[in-house]
Amino acid sequence: MPSQANLGRQATAAPFAIELRGISKAFGPVQANRDINIAVPKGTIHGIIGENGAGKSTLMSILYGFYKADAGTILVGGVETAIPDSQSAIRAGIGMVFQHFKLVQNFTVLENIILGAEDGPWLGTSLARARRALADLSREYDLDVNPDAVVEDLSVGHQQRVEILKALYRQADILILDEPTGVLTPEEADHLFRILRGLRDQGKTVILITHKLREIMETTDNVSVMRRGTMVGTVKTAETNPEELAELMVGRKVLLQVDKDPANPGREVLRVENLRVMTEGVERLKGVSFSIRAGEIVGIAGVAGNGQSELLEALGGIAEATGRIVMNGVDLPLKGLNGQSRREAGIAHVPEDRQVLGLIMDFAAWENVGFGYQNDPKYQSGLFMNNGALRADTEAKMARFDVRPPIPTLAAKNFSGGNQQKIVVAREIERNPDLLLIGQPTRGVDIGAIEFIHKEIVALRDAGKAVLLVSVELDEIRSLSDRVLVMFDGQIMGERPPQTDERELGLLMAGMTETTA
Amino acid sequence: MDLTAILQILESTIRMSTPLLFACLAGLYSERAGVIDMGLEGKMLAAAFAGAAAAAVTGSAAAGVLAGIGAALILSAIHGLASITFRGNQLISGVAINFFASGLTIVLGASWFGQGGQTPALSEGRLAQTPLLDLFGIEDSPLLELFLGHGTLVYVALAAVPFTWWLLYRTRFGLRLRAVGENPAAVDTAGVSVAQLRYAAVGITAVLCGLAGVYMSMGLNTSFQREMTAGRGYIALAALIFAKWKPVPALGACLLFGFLDAISIRFQNIDLNGIGIPVVIPGQFTNALPFILTVIILAGFVGKAIPPRAGGEPYVKER
Repeated sequence: MPSQANLGRQATAAPFAIELRGISKAFGPVQANRDINIAVPKGTIHGIIGENGAGKSTLMSILYGFYKADAGTILVGGVETAIPDSQSAIRAGIGMVFQHFKLVQNFTVLENIILGAEDGPWLGTSLARARRALADLSREYDLDVNPDAVVEDLSVGHQQRVEILKALYRQADILILDEPTGVLTPEEADHLFRILRGLRDQGKTVILITHKLREIMETTDNVSVMRRGTMVGTVKTAETNPEELAELMVGRKVLLQVDKDPANPGREVLRVENLRVMTEGVERLKGVSFSIRAGEIVGIAGVAGNGQSELLEALGGIAEATGRIVMNGVDLPLKGLNGQSRREAGIAHVPEDRQVLGLIMDFAAWENVGFGYQNDPKYQSGLFMNNGALRADTEAKMARFDVRPPIPTLAAKNFSGGNQQKIVVAREIERNPDLLLIGQPTRGVDIGAIEFIHKEIVALRDAGKAVLLVSVELDEIRSLSDRVLVMFDGQIMGERPPQTDERELGLLMAGMTETTA
Repeated sequence: MDLTAILQILESTIRMSTPLLFACLAGLYSERAGVIDMGLEGKMLAAAFAGAAAAAVTGSAAAGVLAGIGAALILSAIHGLASITFRGNQLISGVAINFFASGLTIVLGASWFGQGGQTPALSEGRLAQTPLLDLFGIEDSPLLELFLGHGTLVYVALAAVPFTWWLLYRTRFGLRLRAVGENPAAVDTAGVSVAQLRYAAVGITAVLCGLAGVYMSMGLNTSFQREMTAGRGYIALAALIFAKWKPVPALGACLLFGFLDAISIRFQNIDLNGIGIPVVIPGQFTNALPFILTVIILAGFVGKAIPPRAGGEPYVKER
């Protein structure tokens, strides 16, 4: 590699782009970071991996001047640097791309880029200079964005590029990305990684925070693993493997593959015929037919927004539809719906967006556990709710599903994503439904919790129940499902066994059948 | 209706629009920065009182204007402290300021001047009514009077419209101000202080409210009277929504409300018998016109108005 010699020369002057020594930070009684030491070599992509709540984001917020560390020192380019605020971080050449973008939605790309980095009190000159700089940056790093586009009209992937351009425009040499792929499609994520490699090859240092092992393995040079506020180790990516990293992250052996026996399908539980859903005058589901038998998991693969959500909502009694839904041999109503009748028919639904459809974030865990099942006689006491029984039941569910912290009175919003999902999954699975609808079961969920939720889904199948799994994670679909249906543009493109290779499924997901492909 | 009457109505429209325009632009600065200000009314009222009182005591219009702006600044500082520093509820803070101003002006007025809450009528302390006409020595020209026959503050208000546009869209301060009302986190991560920007906006709001108030008590009238702003702070908020938080449409909206005001002053009862319709529209109806228009605007009949996205939300730093 030609840059190697170059790197060697720089190494004598400034061995590391960033060095953190003994960083500690507590929020009240919670020790978010404990004596963290990390050294990031110049011109590398450095991964920081850990479960939600391991302290990754806190550490990076300290580096970007959002929080002040209780103890420890920060060295930038070998020089001890105080970073009391974001301005200092920017001056030190550190740029940050947050998980939730910090863009002004109704500003143009150019306006967003100069915000806070204007040349003077008048905008005209700043905008002109930014326009020229942006053209250069776009060429140099394959970061193509229309400078006059309004941000809210851009795709998420392009908005992220604006964030990267913002950092580069501020002359950042060190770019921190916090969970950058959480909101991206697989194609957008691939493009992002190409951009990051390009930045590295130009001598920039990239710090990539993620909890996805695959991204770490694919893109990073080194990886540091955090667990419960401490740094458990830094390894060269080439010298490790996903199993080892997962074990370091969770602190115990983790099964990355789902362990399950072959399915033993029984009678037909659900039959869907020519199901169609219209939303706002657009047909989103265009005549879908399939069936699910007892004791099998049917996975729906597809890029987000191809009708999977509408399918779940029609089956779950949220969206009106036409066609037929036959559950245990009985036609279910398709209009004038309520979720209650679906529950009575034996359908449980873990919705795709748990924070919107699955939980009321401001309500306590025990109240959330009661939702949908509040008329259950065991939660009743004469005319009144038996809140004590509901709370006790919540405690039992929390214990069985290892929800942390196991406090039924805590509001849903105060649990981590994985624990929120466990609350929803516990509520629905413990009903022992004939059919479980489950959308994006592990979106934003920790690796340890993923393993647990997957086990529960398989256990339900093995108990002779039917499961309809919708996920945009192809790995998840392939490892959990017994049969895979691929959806594109509101239609089912075909059925494949789960062993089918990723490329073939990918083509179907893009709408290409054998004949066209 | 003859030409003179039309000219008089138009002239009256400009005069009645001026306090609305000041207040509307005041609201614009605050809300564009993400601080909702229900307290425009209270600040105008306090400024009207402080201005007229100071002018009456000192005999100086300039002292009155400064006192008015000062009073509005004090109330704005309270609102800023409550909603920016202490992240309180902006609506409640604004409404509280209205109650506070409404009560305090009457109590202080009664205690200081003993005229049932009024301030003494101004003579030399009043704002000059027709400085331009006096300067050029123009007399008896209704058309020139329409354009030149107003007090200085009328022209200040009109000039504030293009100035505000320029400030918002052509300067660094304006860019940051608009950004902080849309997404304060973007401003914060760019290394700019959210609180400083919002305090600056709230300060500008106070100055404009102060001018609105002193124009009412020292320009349109010769003294402060209890509750003399009569809901204009709220009408200004309606005009702001009507104008979709943009300065030039704000001028149009305020002129419309001012025109309705002028109509209701000019015509107590409108007799339609003259044009062949046997109906007399009562004065109460014309008086109610601005409020009817407000209801129509707020009910969303004039297109969708999208407020600044961070409006009303105190900024809390998060990970």
